[in-house]
Amino acid sequence: MEAHPRLLKALEVRLPDDHCKIMPFIVKHDNTVLCGVRDAVSGRGEGERMAGTPSCQDQAYQPPAGPVSVETAPEASAGSTAGGATRTHTASAFVRDYMAFLLPRDLNLLWTIGAMLVAVLALMLLSGLTLALTYTPDASLAFTSVETLERRVPFGWLLRSMHMTGATFFMAALYLHVFRGLCYGSYRAPRQGLWGVGTVLLMMVMITAFAGYVLPWGQMSYWGADVAGKAVGAIPLVGNALERVFLGGDAPGTATLHRMFVLHFTLAFSIVGMVILHVAVLHARGSTSPSGAVGQNRARMLPFHPYFTVKDGLGVVLLALLFTLVMCFWPGLVTEVENYRPANPLHTPADIEPEWYFLPFYGMLQAVPSKFFGLLVSGGAVAILLFVPWLDRGNSATFAAGRWGGLCWLPRVALTVLVCSFVLAGLAGRHHVQGVWLLVGRLATLGYYLYFLGFLPFYSRLAHKEARS
Amino acid sequence: MSFAVRSLAAGRRGSVRWLPQVVAGVLVCSFVLAGQGALTASAQAAPPSGAPAHAPAQNWSFNGPLGHFDLGAVQRGYAVFAGVCASCHSLTQVHFSDLGDMGLTPEQVTALAASWQVAAGRDAEGHLKHRKATPDDALPRPYADPDAARAANRGAVPPDLSRITQVYPGGPDRVYALLTGYAPVKPPTAEAGAAQPEAGFANPYAIGHRTAMPPPLRDHAVMYADGTQPIAQQEARDVTTFLAWISNPHADDKRRLGVGVGLYLCFLACLLVILKRRIWSHVAK
Repeated sequence: MEAHPRLLKALEVRLPDDHCKIMPFIVKHDNTVLCGVRDAVSGRGEGERMAGTPSCQDQAYQPPAGPVSVETAPEASAGSTAGGATRTHTASAFVRDYMAFLLPRDLNLLWTIGAMLVAVLALMLLSGLTLALTYTPDASLAFTSVETLERRVPFGWLLRSMHMTGATFFMAALYLHVFRGLCYGSYRAPRQGLWGVGTVLLMMVMITAFAGYVLPWGQMSYWGADVAGKAVGAIPLVGNALERVFLGGDAPGTATLHRMFVLHFTLAFSIVGMVILHVAVLHARGSTSPSGAVGQNRARMLPFHPYFTVKDGLGVVLLALLFTLVMCFWPGLVTEVENYRPANPLHTPADIEPEWYFLPFYGMLQAVPSKFFGLLVSGGAVAILLFVPWLDRGNSATFAAGRWGGLCWLPRVALTVLVCSFVLAGLAGRHHVQGVWLLVGRLATLGYYLYFLGFLPFYSRLAHKEARS
Repeated sequence: MSFAVRSLAAGRRGSVRWLPQVVAGVLVCSFVLAGQGALTASAQAAPPSGAPAHAPAQNWSFNGPLGHFDLGAVQRGYAVFAGVCASCHSLTQVHFSDLGDMGLTPEQVTALAASWQVAAGRDAEGHLKHRKATPDDALPRPYADPDAARAANRGAVPPDLSRITQVYPGGPDRVYALLTGYAPVKPPTAEAGAAQPEAGFANPYAIGHRTAMPPPLRDHAVMYADGTQPIAQQEARDVTTFLAWISNPHADDKRRLGVGVGLYLCFLACLLVILKRRIWSHVAK
């Protein structure tokens, strides 16, 4: 903890407090870079300015230009000239601020996943809003309304397959995003808040995905809701009451569908709010980089636009390509055929299993003999992410210095074990934790928790010891 | 991982730039392999006695990522469905207007709908009235409810066919195999007739090798307008194509869209790669 004030000081220096010096838009294509970005690009000192470029003061009070000025134009014409001008200035400064946001130049492919997530979220919102125009949350009508969508509504088939494929891609990208955070220690000071907001987002997305899966009211929707209701019912004391609140009755039905629809709809927009918060915190704290503190040196950073807009754009296009291939040529990867049978409370399917992204947690749920403790373990597997910044007490400064007493292979092994445990828990969940899969499921659960409760505290203590000596 | 990355980064920063890509690749590969392993494991599990035989793979026009439905076969298959299957099986989710997508004009769809009778309320005595169907009607069901179906079919409910090739394990191959795979009926000797313990018909592709469905297809069960010989094999092939199409009527649109969008995105990605290289060209590493 001794290194903490030092780090904050470093942060203070790094934060882009003088935006007027940065004019990110001016990069000519004959590779001459005009003001602002030059120092970051060439790696030379900030004080050196290219001859003939406008000074800082000249840039700061430029008349507003671009699309932002359009929305404030009516106000300005109505007479409140001063207020309108200030507003316009604020808006354009805001955009300029965000476009000039400095990022480490060595960010790799894993850092474009954030942009991909935003793109998929936008797609999910738009397709979801359009689907909601036809969907009917009623136990006797829901399945038929979804079939109507797929068969008769113009381009309904396209909207629905985008929404279904989007769910899978969203969760996959989100898991990779979390993996990147764990891999590069993105949760360390001063970014605990960023990590916390992100983890809450992960939970919200998971709940939204579950609620959305219930809506088509196929066999898996019905029995998934049934299993989830029973899992909630396993909580001691309040379980039964909670189950009734969740299902709106003794068994899944119209009341459940209403609940899930409202939950799905409201959480989707809450997620948008949380994403805005997530990005705002990111802008306040700055981004991590693969090379740690070295990459966060201000001289080695580049503005968001045009360097990272083009990189993120490329990432989004590549994701869209993969998305199209899966959606159009391999739809079996993201659809569950059993859900094309209408819900039938009298006929339990042989294999009740959730979508692939919940399988690891489903495996953990089943690996524990007690229902309630199983719920605790599988819910805790997500909740423990919230506590990662406090389990790993290290920070970038201590980690940059240490030599790890010859244990530098350990984090790599630990992370591999974590990923393998996650995948194996999913496979165990898929096989209903029977026979040898019971053992696999338990070992995977153990391996998963060992990373957070064993490895992280141990390793950060080791780092502290080294930093002190 | 981060620690290792940083300790390495102190020495040779360039050497670990591949790491995230490799990790991502390994992750994707392990997921795919795990999925495949799970699939083969479940497929290789010892089949219990009475499990349906594995249906031989057929060369369907709609197979593969670039396949497309043979609309002629789909139309012939509709004739088989309307003439044979519809007496017991429903297509509850399908409206007559949906059938236009199999290559019919609106007039043809109207004429086709008019060949069906749908319920139209009751008359003064409480008897059911019927009228000719219009394109906006759903295909009528052969039985009012599952109980009626059960009573008419000795306890078995004929499944709805709206999504049959998707939800039926084995898909179109097994539907075809089931339709054509009935064991030849043994000559009714007195002994065998008396000792017949099981209901239904022998078929190796049915669960328990018995099905309640009598052999539905025979040669010349329907007349084909396009001159194709309506032998039982051909009828089974056509009706399976029709059922596969009705299970997923927009699959062709989706594939066509995929080709166009895929090519466009490839082009866009190339342009963005060029732009990215250009913008980043003067950045010192």
